[in-house]
Amino acid sequence: MDHRPQNWGRPRDDVYGAYDGSYLQSSGPKQATQSPIVTGTSVIALKFKDGVVMAADNLASYGSLARFTDVPRLRSFAETSVIGFGGDVSDMQYLNRHLTDLSIDEAYAAPSSTDTTTSPGAGTLNAANLHKYLQKLLYSRRNNFDPLWNQILVAGLDSSEAPFLASVDMRGTAFTSPSLATGFGAALAQPIMRRYAETDEQAAQLSREEAVKIIKECMKVLYYRDARSLDKYSLAVVTKAGVEISEDEQLEQQSWAFAERIKGYGTQTV
Amino acid sequence: MTSIGTGYDLANSIFSPDGRNFQVEYAVKAVENGGTSIGIRCKDGVVLAVEKVITSKLLKPGANKRIATIDRHLGVVYSGMVPDGRHFVDRARDEARGWRETFKTPIGTADLASRMGGYLQAHTLYQYVRPFGVTAIIAGYDSELETPVEGEVGKGPSVGAGGKVAGKKHGGPFLYMIEPSGLYWGYYGAATGKGRQSAKAELEKLDLAGGELSLEQAVKEAARIIYVAHDDNKDKEFELEMSWISGADGPTKGRHEEVPKAIREEAERLAKKALEGDDEEEEKKDDEKMEE
Repeated sequence: MDHRPQNWGRPRDDVYGAYDGSYLQSSGPKQATQSPIVTGTSVIALKFKDGVVMAADNLASYGSLARFTDVPRLRSFAETSVIGFGGDVSDMQYLNRHLTDLSIDEAYAAPSSTDTTTSPGAGTLNAANLHKYLQKLLYSRRNNFDPLWNQILVAGLDSSEAPFLASVDMRGTAFTSPSLATGFGAALAQPIMRRYAETDEQAAQLSREEAVKIIKECMKVLYYRDARSLDKYSLAVVTKAGVEISEDEQLEQQSWAFAERIKGYGTQTV
Repeated sequence: MTSIGTGYDLANSIFSPDGRNFQVEYAVKAVENGGTSIGIRCKDGVVLAVEKVITSKLLKPGANKRIATIDRHLGVVYSGMVPDGRHFVDRARDEARGWRETFKTPIGTADLASRMGGYLQAHTLYQYVRPFGVTAIIAGYDSELETPVEGEVGKGPSVGAGGKVAGKKHGGPFLYMIEPSGLYWGYYGAATGKGRQSAKAELEKLDLAGGELSLEQAVKEAARIIYVAHDDNKDKEFELEMSWISGADGPTKGRHEEVPKAIREEAERLAKKALEGDDEEEEKKDDEKMEE
């Protein structure tokens, strides 16, 4: 019997060798998140005449494993904005919780949302405010060497009630554009969306139906080409009237005929 | 109060020989001087209303709200010392936030009432604090829908064990009133403040337990009751402030919100009309008596 309490409950030194304590004590600097664990792939969004359309699939991958297939990654904020999260899912959950608290705090002083005599969303953060807030938050986290591992799209209306769409990444880099995509979408979906709306003027010509159709087309291309994607996805439309999020969209009219001709694609062995 | 001046009213935490805590009773007196506030629990929601006595003509009309939002689905109104009420609201918000942090789900109305009841009761036990000079009315609508646990991964099993009891009703509108002693009960209709006697009498006429009154009717009744309760002490002008909470399919979508201006003004118009009607009847009676 070993009478030293620090050795109780541990494999015996005389059988397994001395315990390597370096696993428990870090001799180097403090290290926070070094890589994301459970991740979501692309988020895409496109402005149109009266608002913004956004989409992201419902998959949370664990590495290359399609681990969770019912994780909606589009969240509404204060019923006036939509936020789409790419990247780490646990950080998305943290941000979602944080933003829920924020929206409750905002509502303490907000006038009634059912009151038509005040302008909608008055007294609450609009999408532009929200984007600026997230950018400051993510930038300060990266300066603390503890980044939130996300790429985020924020859609809604700005203070002049014009459609607003902007992105912010884990380093706090923020920019805006008539169409935006994160992850693989930046390479695969963005060129397709730009074909229809390269400038804000062109985006202002798009109807809601056209914009939804373009987004659906992009989701299909992403499912064909992105190995971390899923054919179940969420689609959100935000306009002056509010936010509509549908979380059980299904990719339709898939055709995998092209796959047969491509070597190394799918289950071919030769 | 025969025991006044015997020293038993000087501090909390000391009972008088006949088993009373005088400090708590004095706190109730503070409440009895405050503007009337009421709450009505009806079949599809809850309404809160308060008679906001105008203490100065320099105050901006419609500003300085007296009804507070605690969480999305919770509201509080109180009568008595306003600063004590503000602290009550701050504490309630902390409790609601803490509950969300711990359980990842919104706090139930009953749970909030229990937490705040405990907090007020603790202020009757110690020398170094005084009891709250407010009676607060807590209104809430606990969601009947399957509420997702905030930030959950996936939606859980679609069949099988989910912790729900088959056939049991979950959620709905709730109303609680907490007194300075920490005592709280659930009510169909609650009233406190200066005009509570006449307000309670009016509330009892509504048959709230029958579950027939709709939210829209309750808003009109609430406005009328505040006007009736004010009628007894006509000396000062007042503003009516009202808020409501409906279920997810109602006008506020499960949220605690101020009653829209148009609806409130219509309710006030009807309330004034109802009062004038009463006055005319009384005058007629008086006239008849005179003739006799």
